Amino acid sequence: MDFSTFLIQLLNSLQYGLLLFLVASGLTLIFGIMGIINLAHGSFYMMGAYMAFSLTSLSGNLLVAVIVGIALSALIGFLLEWGLFSRLYKRDHLDQVLLTYGLILIFEELRSLIVGDDVHGVPIPELLSASIQLSETLSYPVYRLFMSGVCILLAALMYWLIRYTRLGMMIRAGSSNREMVQALGINIDLIYRIVFGLGVTLAAFAGMLAAPVSSVYPGMGNQVLIICFVVVVIGGVGSVWGALVAALLIGLTDTFGKVIAPDYAGLAVYVLMAAVLLWRPEGIFRRI
Amino acid sequence: MPLPAKKKRNYLPLVLLALALFPIFGSTYYNELIAKIMIMTIFAMSLDLLVGFTGLVSFGHAAFFGVAAYSVVLLSPKYDPGNLWLVLPGAILTGAAVAFVVGLFVLRTKGIYFIMVTLAFAQMIYFVFHDTPLGGGSDGAFLNVKPELRIGEKVLLDLNEPMQFYYIVLAFLVVAYVFLRVLLRSPLGHALAGIKSNEHRMVSLGFPVFLYKLAGFVTAGGLAGLAGFLSACQFGFVTPEILSWHQSGNVLLMVILGGMGTLNGAAIGAFAFVVLQEVFGALTKHWQLLMGAVIVTVVMVLPGGLSSLPRRLKGLLIGGGARHG
Amino acid sequence: MAELVLSARGLSRRFGGLYANRDVSLDMHKGVLHAVLGPNGAGKSTLINLLSGDLPPSGGQILLRGQDISGWSPDRRSRNGIGRSYQRTNIFPGFTVFENCRLAAQSRTPRALRIFSHATGYADLCEAADKAIGQAGLSARRDVVAGTLSHGEQRQLEIAMVLATTPSVLLLDEPLAGMGPEESQAMVGLLKKLTPDHAILLVEHDMDAVFAVADVITVMVTGQVLESGPPEQIRESVAVQEAYLGAGEPDDE
Repeated sequence: MDFSTFLIQLLNSLQYGLLLFLVASGLTLIFGIMGIINLAHGSFYMMGAYMAFSLTSLSGNLLVAVIVGIALSALIGFLLEWGLFSRLYKRDHLDQVLLTYGLILIFEELRSLIVGDDVHGVPIPELLSASIQLSETLSYPVYRLFMSGVCILLAALMYWLIRYTRLGMMIRAGSSNREMVQALGINIDLIYRIVFGLGVTLAAFAGMLAAPVSSVYPGMGNQVLIICFVVVVIGGVGSVWGALVAALLIGLTDTFGKVIAPDYAGLAVYVLMAAVLLWRPEGIFRRI
Repeated sequence: MPLPAKKKRNYLPLVLLALALFPIFGSTYYNELIAKIMIMTIFAMSLDLLVGFTGLVSFGHAAFFGVAAYSVVLLSPKYDPGNLWLVLPGAILTGAAVAFVVGLFVLRTKGIYFIMVTLAFAQMIYFVFHDTPLGGGSDGAFLNVKPELRIGEKVLLDLNEPMQFYYIVLAFLVVAYVFLRVLLRSPLGHALAGIKSNEHRMVSLGFPVFLYKLAGFVTAGGLAGLAGFLSACQFGFVTPEILSWHQSGNVLLMVILGGMGTLNGAAIGAFAFVVLQEVFGALTKHWQLLMGAVIVTVVMVLPGGLSSLPRRLKGLLIGGGARHG
Repeated sequence: MAELVLSARGLSRRFGGLYANRDVSLDMHKGVLHAVLGPNGAGKSTLINLLSGDLPPSGGQILLRGQDISGWSPDRRSRNGIGRSYQRTNIFPGFTVFENCRLAAQSRTPRALRIFSHATGYADLCEAADKAIGQAGLSARRDVVAGTLSHGEQRQLEIAMVLATTPSVLLLDEPLAGMGPEESQAMVGLLKKLTPDHAILLVEHDMDAVFAVADVITVMVTGQVLESGPPEQIRESVAVQEAYLGAGEPDDE
């Protein structure tokens, strides 16, 4: 592997890892703070991607699509939390698994009814459609760099949010001691609603961001969901920074796995997970 | 069960009789449907041993079902019937062996981790069959001729015969049911119930809990293997889809729908699921939408599963509708 | 001197920067009831958790008949005769009293993995369970579901379960907590009866009970041993009076 190829693969794994982080951070936050295991989280990624597709074809502009899409997914998150999830906090994980499994089926079929089962492409915005020439034969698309940039920006934003804002303080307190937060007079229901909406929006946004490079297809949400579980298991449930590290590790493992042993690439991340489980059954990091 | 058993009317002999007599009246379609339900019941009971009786919520149970089904194809000659003496134990052992290896990893985790890790390991095994040529890749493989049981030249049982197949499935259902009943009242069964009730105390009483959970996990894997064997024989082909997480989700659904922790519940759940699948499937190609709606409704209003329905109805009629716990 | 069974040597446990136990050493002999006193937060429960293996120590050694068991898992310690009860009742609430104890007795037998026999078909296990139930004074409640017992009865069951494992060492974390006067008296009587055959460590708030049954008392303050000796010595110790007894009533948890 020459240097340019290596560099391209490195950038690809970074981009993939960061995208996974966007989805997985919501998953791990929702579990860490609300104690909810949400199988339908991948569906939000799928929704985001399909919104990007549908809204772009309607409006002809990805940016408009993304803005409308974000608003829509936040709304969906709020409604779901209000209508269903808020009734599940005191139930055991089994009920949560069951309900969110049912939601996956519903979301997939709705997608099939509304948009159909075809694979669609989403055009890269013209502004970002250029490529950077790395060597005579190899180039790297600007859009992928843009994706990584946006993800890094969002990660920084989350760091700031959790670390330095009042909401973040409440989130941190809520994840460690629910009763105490309530005793302090903080409206825990509102925090849950915000965190859930945030998680949904992040996952959907990741889907929108990925749509132009990955295309949109049935089942894309489930694929992402299971990899995100691996991210959460490796990073430690509830740990946002663990999710970041794990997502980047998986990005590297998957991307270079495909280069080194293409036939077994699908397995590489799971082998990584198995190794982490032997070493630290509770994940690399614990808690936020 | 450790609890003093309440005297209940036993419908089991009646159900058994009905199942035994059914093929005399049923058409081929219904015979196959009932056989499918019985196979799924074995599968669901095997998972119930983990979820309902040990408190291990596994979301990867299809892996053991699937590898066993694949083993049937791999252990059978291409154009001749496989030897049942070899294929059946082979399938059960494959399920159990894979469960052993997976168990060594996943049983190190608890609670929500366990759910995610079992799912991830099942997905790993899915990819083994999906991405490698081992079992025909993503297309799967055909079981051209189903296994038969011979002694010398004489064919005793031939799974290619639909009638024989039906009764073999019924026999295995009875065997699996009795086996689990016996297991549950054994020292191991009581220890598993203890782990479900209070794992921490089991440890402090001196039980090597990991080994017990592994024993339960391997047993469940072997039983799922039996179901996988029968399923491969029924449909005559295997694809990676039988290892998919939908399959794991569906069997978990059967267990919960029927009400966990009762073997009869697993049967009710399997029956309800397969019938719903057929009915909804006949209505629309988007049948999963209806299935999803049923699931969401059951979780929201019936936390104890379908088998709690009669009790709840009774409660509604008598007690004026006390719900939830 | 009686047989030395279990001893702690310089045992420490840190939580973050705080020491819950610091350099704790004590000996437990067969036939000796060793009580541990101390105000809340003195590290008594931590000490029991360290000895039983529920917590790994940050430093020091635990010796069982001279063998270092500091790295052993809790279940291994239990199989080697270290039985413990919990301050917060820790039972199988859905099982009957008998099944709670029968299961406890089953932990002693290698036949536990036999799957084709009735769990309740082993006479020796049933006897061990019934004996423990009798000792704890629960015979009349044998077939009651444990979750429906009164608080005091659940405390008795807690002890019965430990006894059913036929331990040589008993680590008892506030067995009298929440018991009525009559139940307390019965428990004190039971402790006296058990002492000759066991090495007992008793963590308890009830001073009268402790001075009534203890052969040796160790007083802990802020994770450290303040003084250790026979009850008279503790009663007369100036240091103990200043640090603990003199400072008003010990608060209840």
